[in-house]
Amino acid sequence: MNAKTLFEKVWERHEVVPETPDTPAVLYIDLHLVHEVTSPQAFSLLRSMGLKVRRKDRTLATMDHSTPTDPDEVFGRVPIKVESAARQVKQLEQNCREFGIELLGLDSDQRGIVHVIGPELGATQPGKTIVCGDSHTATHGAFGALAFGIGTTEVGHVLATQCLLQRRPKTLGIEVSGRLKPGVTAKDLILAIIGKIGVSGGTGHVIEYRGSAIEALSMEERMTVCNMSIEGGARAGMIAPDETTFAYLKGRRFAPQGEAWERAVEDWRTLKSDPGAQFDRSISLDADAIEPMITYGTNPGMVIPITGTVPDRPDDAIHAKALAYMGLNGGDRLLGKPIQVVFVGSCTNARLSDLELAARVMKGRKVAPGVRVLVVPGSQQVKREAEARGLAKIFQDAGAEWRESGCSMCIGMNGDVVEKGHYSVSTSNRNFEGRQGTGARTLLASPATAAAAAITGKITDPREFLAA
Amino acid sequence: MQPIRIIESRTVVLPYTNIDTDQIIPARFLTTTTKEGLGKQAFADWRYDASGAPRADFILNKPEARGCEILVAGRNFGCGSSREHAPWALLDFGFKAVISTEIADIFRNNALKNGLLPIVIDETTHRWLLDNPGAQVRIDLERTAVELPTGVSVTFPIEAFARYCLLNGIDELGFLLKQSEAIARYEQTH
Repeated sequence: MNAKTLFEKVWERHEVVPETPDTPAVLYIDLHLVHEVTSPQAFSLLRSMGLKVRRKDRTLATMDHSTPTDPDEVFGRVPIKVESAARQVKQLEQNCREFGIELLGLDSDQRGIVHVIGPELGATQPGKTIVCGDSHTATHGAFGALAFGIGTTEVGHVLATQCLLQRRPKTLGIEVSGRLKPGVTAKDLILAIIGKIGVSGGTGHVIEYRGSAIEALSMEERMTVCNMSIEGGARAGMIAPDETTFAYLKGRRFAPQGEAWERAVEDWRTLKSDPGAQFDRSISLDADAIEPMITYGTNPGMVIPITGTVPDRPDDAIHAKALAYMGLNGGDRLLGKPIQVVFVGSCTNARLSDLELAARVMKGRKVAPGVRVLVVPGSQQVKREAEARGLAKIFQDAGAEWRESGCSMCIGMNGDVVEKGHYSVSTSNRNFEGRQGTGARTLLASPATAAAAAITGKITDPREFLAA
Repeated sequence: MQPIRIIESRTVVLPYTNIDTDQIIPARFLTTTTKEGLGKQAFADWRYDASGAPRADFILNKPEARGCEILVAGRNFGCGSSREHAPWALLDFGFKAVISTEIADIFRNNALKNGLLPIVIDETTHRWLLDNPGAQVRIDLERTAVELPTGVSVTFPIEAFARYCLLNGIDELGFLLKQSEAIARYEQTH
């Protein structure tokens, strides 16, 4: 038998009809996650064609992108400020009622960012195909699922047929040897990877992250890595499931129970690349060489070690345009640069361990004068747990705002925005022009680096705060 | 969907690499629940100043951009989010094709499903197009060729089924719905 990659095994299990030169494969989708922003037009299409949702039991909806994070707005004590967002929320409620889809809505204690709640509820499982109208669906690949973002037309295709037409992508193996040093996080690792392959290095490929440094990561850390696969151009990133994966999933709401659990784990153990399996491309890097990373430009590939200097490329007009937007010059050191906003949140870094790391830095300290710090948990479950463990109090005592869950200032659709010209150290995933608000200047970094900047009001090496 | 065979137009050039979908249409416009009318928000943060007035120096606001159906952009066009609002906005603005040396995966899929041709060509041809904004270019989908006014003609790759659907004005959903028996069989055995 041919040696196969993890991706090939999952792909082949889901071929309803294999691809031919004339037609793409018909690929079966096990789990379809739906949110308010990329679904309304898909439901309208179904309605106009008189179609039903084929598998309501494989479809799960929540609200995260344009939803408020202010508790008064979330729980209906005051109207949602952004009127169009309020309409979108109502629309999803109506669509889910009409088409019979489970909705974890504004009042649900299981609501949250779609890529946080899928794993949290155990809906994300090894070997599944998972799609959502959101490019960070790659997150779920941390469990050995094939998970990728789709557009709204494809959302309609999956609602109506539970299938997608897909050409088989290529594979990119990324081997990370060694082990991350103290004070260096999974976020630093994925930023370093994107810095190495570039923002289109993974285009046309599914990434498999492997090697000792990957195996040593917790599930939440693995999710951070897979989450940003799309920032390297890859629609999906996968990690083979192992004992860490099984221990995380056991007992969660949608995870198999009893004998079914045992059978599932036995099957999941086969989901790894066989020895000798070939990737279309392979690269490797050494985790020990990675430092805390921070972006300086307007895409996630424009990234340097926090102790480094902004690259100087006098002949590169596009580089110059990005630096002009950021108000930086080639040769600038970032350490010590004043910042105005810190955002700890998003599908990349708003899980409990991310908040714990930020709290470790902020405990017993105060936010620097004039700095706005917004901490937005990834889900209501994360929020409750963070409150129970005293993390919320650490943030609030320090002077940070503590909110309800949602995408919030990562995408700035709900009114949580960074002002023009302000620097924001953000644990999110995109530093594109205007991403956090028109004219906002985003510096992507880990929760530790973000929290350190909150305390000092400047870009700071988080290791200063993490020493024992 | 209308069948597409030939697109013939002057080009507009945006010579930047890695133009992400947040530039094509900023997230604050995604709270819409329809597809219509997004053209006025295409490239909004590049096109309008803080007061909402068009910036005269931005190419899409210049008279020569009027009526252009082909956008030539730098490498890795459409990276970032999966928002289909990006091709909806470009189509509503009047574009029918985007030419680059590399186009991001999700954007390319979304473009194909809406009749916006995502065209990847070689660097030499691309360089010529960047250096000659406003050139009259002909795209022949049947022959999968881009023809320059210099007489140069280069072919471009396009997924076979997507091309078939575009040439014939066929919606891919119809094809998928016809697979319902195969899908039902799959569901029984998996």
